[in-house]
Amino acid sequence: MTPVLALSLRSIGNRRLSVVLTVIAVALSVALLLGVERLSNDAREGFAQTISGTDLVVGARGGAVQLLLYSVFHIGNASNNVSWQSMERIAALPQVKWLVPISLGDSHRGMRVVGTTADFFAHYRHGADRALAFGQGRVFAVAPDGIFEAVVGAEVAARFGYRPGQRIVLSHGSLGGEGGPRFADHADKPFTIVGVLARTGTPVDRSVLVGLEGIEAIHIDWHGGAPIPGLSIAPEQVRKFDLSPKSVTAALVGLDSRIAVFRVQRQINTMAGEPLTAILPGATLQELWSLVGMAERALLAVSALVVAVGLAGLVAVVVASLGERRRELAILRALGASPLQIFALLAFESLLLSLAGIVLGLALLYGVVVVAAPWLSAQYGLNLAPDWPSAGEWRLLGAVLGASLAASLVPAWRAYRYSLADGLTIRI
Amino acid sequence: MTSDAAPGAGCAAVAVSGLRYRWPKAHADCLAIDALTLVAGERVFLRGPSGSGKTTLLSLVGGVIQPQAGEVSVAGQPLSRLSTGARDRFRADNIGFVFQLFNLLPYLSARDNILLACRFSAARRARLCAAGVSAQAEAARLASRLDLDAGALERPAAELSVGQQQRVAAARALIGRPGLIIADEPTSALDADRQQAFVDLLLGECAASGAALLFVSHDLRLAAHFDRVLDLAQINHAAAAEAGT
Ligand SMILES: Nc1ncnc2c1ncn2[C@@H]1O[C@H](COP(=O)(O)OP(=O)(O)OP(=O)(O)O)[C@@H](O)[C@H]1O
Ligand SMILES: [Mg+2]
Repeated sequence: MTPVLALSLRSIGNRRLSVVLTVIAVALSVALLLGVERLSNDAREGFAQTISGTDLVVGARGGAVQLLLYSVFHIGNASNNVSWQSMERIAALPQVKWLVPISLGDSHRGMRVVGTTADFFAHYRHGADRALAFGQGRVFAVAPDGIFEAVVGAEVAARFGYRPGQRIVLSHGSLGGEGGPRFADHADKPFTIVGVLARTGTPVDRSVLVGLEGIEAIHIDWHGGAPIPGLSIAPEQVRKFDLSPKSVTAALVGLDSRIAVFRVQRQINTMAGEPLTAILPGATLQELWSLVGMAERALLAVSALVVAVGLAGLVAVVVASLGERRRELAILRALGASPLQIFALLAFESLLLSLAGIVLGLALLYGVVVVAAPWLSAQYGLNLAPDWPSAGEWRLLGAVLGASLAASLVPAWRAYRYSLADGLTIRI
Repeated sequence: MTSDAAPGAGCAAVAVSGLRYRWPKAHADCLAIDALTLVAGERVFLRGPSGSGKTTLLSLVGGVIQPQAGEVSVAGQPLSRLSTGARDRFRADNIGFVFQLFNLLPYLSARDNILLACRFSAARRARLCAAGVSAQAEAARLASRLDLDAGALERPAAELSVGQQQRVAAARALIGRPGLIIADEPTSALDADRQQAFVDLLLGECAASGAALLFVSHDLRLAAHFDRVLDLAQINHAAAAEAGT
């Protein structure tokens, strides 16, 4: 076999250009396949860790996915609010370490306004235990000083060019985007931006965060979703009123110990007085991803097809070269090469090319990962690391190798047939 | 020099008997030869019109294809008794081929093309070794005998003239002293002067190494210096061949 394999290398060298082009095509398709796999893995992980430090999310009685959607992803609305008394009772449970209330319902230029407390910044975690970080500025001050102070997420700041010190007006209601139906503005009580958060890749990026007292304050002269006609209370005067919240939309709850999570969940779900629902955000996120995961699988299927196209191109090039190499095969036969050696020659050649493609594709992937990682992290909160291929990626590589092995049999088999059928006739 | 030459000396270099061959999918036999013998060292000119089955006969003698009936023996070895792999090795060891055109692998140098025959055959290497010469030295010696200068040896085969290519092919067929050289119209791409010169070179080298030569051509003018001239049309009784002529 050895003289034949050495010849194969020389023969490949003789057809450099077409060989290099097909190897590049295979490399690109392999890089795409692994890139998609890696990105979707990362997206899945990032998604599952949208809120990672929170043990329970509590809201009015309803479906788990719905609660997660409106409280964390700001999609849709709560059917009911939760009374402040219930909040206090949950916070008083012995296993509860902290509770961060969330009040939704207002918006700013299509972005949700989240009424909460300064604790939100202390306890919210995303990814692998990453806390919120400030790009600029600081947390809003506690009431009464910070009633009209706001912190904006990275996306909000980037989209509208916001910096600390700028004043913004909140709108009542949260339906529609910037172009959607507009509700009345709270124009009489503008907020001052005091901080801009660093990007997280979570819905926090698209939020405007204010204190719960701020939410109370802008609605003090409202009733039933509309301003009370003839009543207008100036910002300076709101401080005289009781701004403590009567109800909120949901709450994030942290426990002393994870072990107690099911017990506390049951306690909240069966609490007398108000029908509540407590969910484990991680489990519900998994459930949600299984819906989103369809798209991920479709993407993987498409890139698998691209690999198939790349390999088909490789086979086409090798088979096409066979036409002009039929005389080469006849020469080798005359010199004593067996049909099996001819088979091995061609199989080795295509396999070598696909291997080169796979290796180059991996190199390409790592190159892109290293170059693009900082940008992807800043833009999309995706954290690609040039890690050793995961088990899933090895499986994909194995599948590609298997496919290229199968593909390499096509030209090999043709050459084998030629070498038997042609005899010593030198065909041109 | 002939005494210690190829194995099977004493036996016939080629012996064909009762041969029938039909190409797959063909409607009639291509070859039907009752008997054909080349004694060791004999140099035979085989003539026949185009399409008469000359190359087919050479493929059979080389063991590249198998007859439907009859037997082909080379150096006393009946080819049908060998397994497919053994037949390929036997060909590498005992037969040197020169074709009409495109004898060489274009991406190898002339020297590497010559040495290729040794790479495929342990027996050729062993014979060179027994004679006390290296393959490299033998390649150089044959090249100079065939009027190839040292510069031509280093060049890629694709850069050689057709005449040079044919002489490189002859050197490759001869290296390691196989008992039989088969040449399939090796001169048809050369001009008239060169044709005779090439045939004379080939005859001389075969005589020097003791190899039998089966030389195929339709050009009778080249037949002068051979031991024997055969007409395929006369020994081939196949219906297809007769209908063709
Ligand atoms: N590989 C093949 N498959 C099928 N038929 C073949 C094959 N090679 C040759 N033949 C047929 O066998 C017959 C003899 O062909 P062959 O090549 O042996 O003729 P030839 O005498 O060498 O001709 P030329 O002088 O043109 O080289 C022709 O009819 C040809 O069509
Ligand atoms: Mg012919």
